[in-house]
Amino acid sequence: MSTQEHTVTYIHRDDIGARMGMWLFLFTELLLFGGMFILYSIYRFTYPDVFHLAAKELNTIIGAFNTAILLTSSLTMALSIAAIQRNQKSLSIFLQFITIVLALGFMVNKYFEWGAKFSHGIYPGSDVLLSKPAGEIIFFGLYYVMTGLHGIHVIIGIVLIAIMMRFTSKGIIKSDSYVKLETIGLYWHLVDIIWIFLFPLFYLIT
Amino acid sequence: MNETITVPTNGKHPSYLDYQGKHKGFLGWILSTDHKRIGILYLISILSFFLVGVTFGFLIRLELIAPGRTIVDPQTYNAFFTLHGVIMVFLFLIPAVPAIFGNFFLPILIGARDVSFPRLNLLSWYLYIIGGLLAILSIIAPGGAADTGWTFYIPYSVRTGTNVIYALFAAFVLGFSSILTGINFVTTVHRLRAPGMTWFKTPLSVWSIYSTAWVQVLVTPIIGITLLLVIIERTFNVGLFDPALGGDPVLFQHLFWIYSHPAVYIMILPAMGIVSEIIPVFARRTIFGYKFIALSSVAIAFFGSLVWAHHMFTAGMSDTGQFIFSLLTMIVSIPSAIKVFNWTATLYKGSIDLAPPLLYVLAFIFQFSIGGLTGVMLGVLSLDIMVHDTSFVVAHFHYVMFGGAGFGIFAALHYWLPKMFGRMYNIKVAKNTFWLVFIGFNLLYFPMFIMGWLGMPRRYYDYLPEFHIYHLLSTIGSWILILGILIMFSNFIAALIRGKKVNEKNIWGGETLEWTIETPPIHENFLEIPTVHDAPYEYKQNETDIRQFQEVK
Repeated sequence: MSTQEHTVTYIHRDDIGARMGMWLFLFTELLLFGGMFILYSIYRFTYPDVFHLAAKELNTIIGAFNTAILLTSSLTMALSIAAIQRNQKSLSIFLQFITIVLALGFMVNKYFEWGAKFSHGIYPGSDVLLSKPAGEIIFFGLYYVMTGLHGIHVIIGIVLIAIMMRFTSKGIIKSDSYVKLETIGLYWHLVDIIWIFLFPLFYLIT
Repeated sequence: MNETITVPTNGKHPSYLDYQGKHKGFLGWILSTDHKRIGILYLISILSFFLVGVTFGFLIRLELIAPGRTIVDPQTYNAFFTLHGVIMVFLFLIPAVPAIFGNFFLPILIGARDVSFPRLNLLSWYLYIIGGLLAILSIIAPGGAADTGWTFYIPYSVRTGTNVIYALFAAFVLGFSSILTGINFVTTVHRLRAPGMTWFKTPLSVWSIYSTAWVQVLVTPIIGITLLLVIIERTFNVGLFDPALGGDPVLFQHLFWIYSHPAVYIMILPAMGIVSEIIPVFARRTIFGYKFIALSSVAIAFFGSLVWAHHMFTAGMSDTGQFIFSLLTMIVSIPSAIKVFNWTATLYKGSIDLAPPLLYVLAFIFQFSIGGLTGVMLGVLSLDIMVHDTSFVVAHFHYVMFGGAGFGIFAALHYWLPKMFGRMYNIKVAKNTFWLVFIGFNLLYFPMFIMGWLGMPRRYYDYLPEFHIYHLLSTIGSWILILGILIMFSNFIAALIRGKKVNEKNIWGGETLEWTIETPPIHENFLEIPTVHDAPYEYKQNETDIRQFQEVK
């Protein structure tokens, strides 16, 4: 073998491709939740009266508060991208941090909301719930499954944004290369928008 | 995503098999993001699971050789057909062509160095392995192997005490792997085609893998959430499908088939792409109706996603619904027929060479036509109600899935393995083995059409003596088929160990880009990304290299 090897560095960077991949992934997420939205609409059609009554048991104020929190976190996420585009590194990191704080606030609210329901004995498979009419079992089943899966997405989002904070501070995400932050931002907006649909379906339509 | 190309001064680039990256040896394989190495990882793991699935199929047939108990009790028999289905569908047919040949050849066919997301690609292989291990766990974990059938129909899948959760979770994880592969391929085809390669200059297998990737992206999330909901249902008693709690089990069937029918096209479409690739090469002429074949892939992907309820004609549905789904089912047969007619038209007046890949392709056309036409029969409402859940249906989908997709995979193995490893298998053995596989396959499944028509239900453990002769023939067929498959695989393994080395770039005289690069390909595929001027399959007369492969033989 020759000792006089020389190397050519070939850089593959495709921001449009990265964004495209993320959009496709978000599309699969929409379909994933779409399966549950189908279940919701069919059971709402099957048990209209029970769904109407069950929805009144949910706390609209906590729900509205959480909606406001999540919408604000989407704003701070978008602003953090705007900040890195303008090369304001520490501002971007700060805004990402605020996004995480808001997301944690959302989860804390969720914890208390679920906790209150649990203390009334309303949780899947509980004796209290199983003694109620079929429509109510399904309403709360859907409530726990859909908000639960959404909650898992919030937690994944928190982890991802934390990684982005580290990338920003290490300079991997910078003013001329921020597609990672941008795609995670897209994911975060999806988490937001799913909640925008969950909130009226469970809390507002009574 | 920086990649360093080392250019040795002697001008010889190492093949991807010899390439030394950051990691060496075994780690160099399981941590490699090179699409070719990932393709090989998939090749080994998918074919291993195929042999496991074959074993379960063999055991099912052996049990059914005579009425009454032959080798196992009914519970074990139920586990056999469940595992046979789960492994063959989720671990073999769905990933086989996209993950093995799509990974290895898609970037090469479009003139790229790798897929768009190489690390995501490796992740999807790991998910595949995790899914496979969960499937194995569902066999060996205490509680007994899952016995619901691969369809996991509610309410039985909620009530049975067996390891359904492992099997469900395996299918869920495998679905995730499939989605990631799909996203990767759609992006790759959009973003990384070589300069000059317009949509209508891409090879036909790229069209079919591209259409498949869209189906994977669009329908797999539905099965993901459905299986997840069954797991939640079993664990927490949520009541979303369980009729005892007010749920609707037919809704589960809808959600299940919204994925699982398009999944049929995930299995068959890439195999159709392989057929379109192989036929012009061995007929030595331009493919007939390129645009129609290309667009029919898209049409199959589209219409195939709208026919799911034809699996449920007896499950309770409105007459209008039944009529619409019956009509749509027949519409899917049109693009499939367009492909078959174009393939045969390509063969017409071609200079045909009956090499092993073409033999499997011809068997594909023959068997797929039988499977497809019986599919139209099953789409007819009155007929479907008569033969629903009989072995007629089993014969139908094995003719499409195994006689079609499976034979497509065998054809692809014979066509591309020499390119992948730079070694040629024994062509004479391959040709003779083909007849074993072909005869064994038809002897195995054709009697099922007859006994299904006469009323033999599917999945039954025991049967009336009048069906004995068909079951006996079928079981003998399974032995011939398995013998053929084992000889085929031994031929490949022998080729890898001591097969004749091939260095020619163009082994079969193909006109697509993979035949313009080294055999086996170098790590970077192309040192310089090629510019494409011609449409694929443009055979020019009197070209000397067209017969080059004769010397290889």
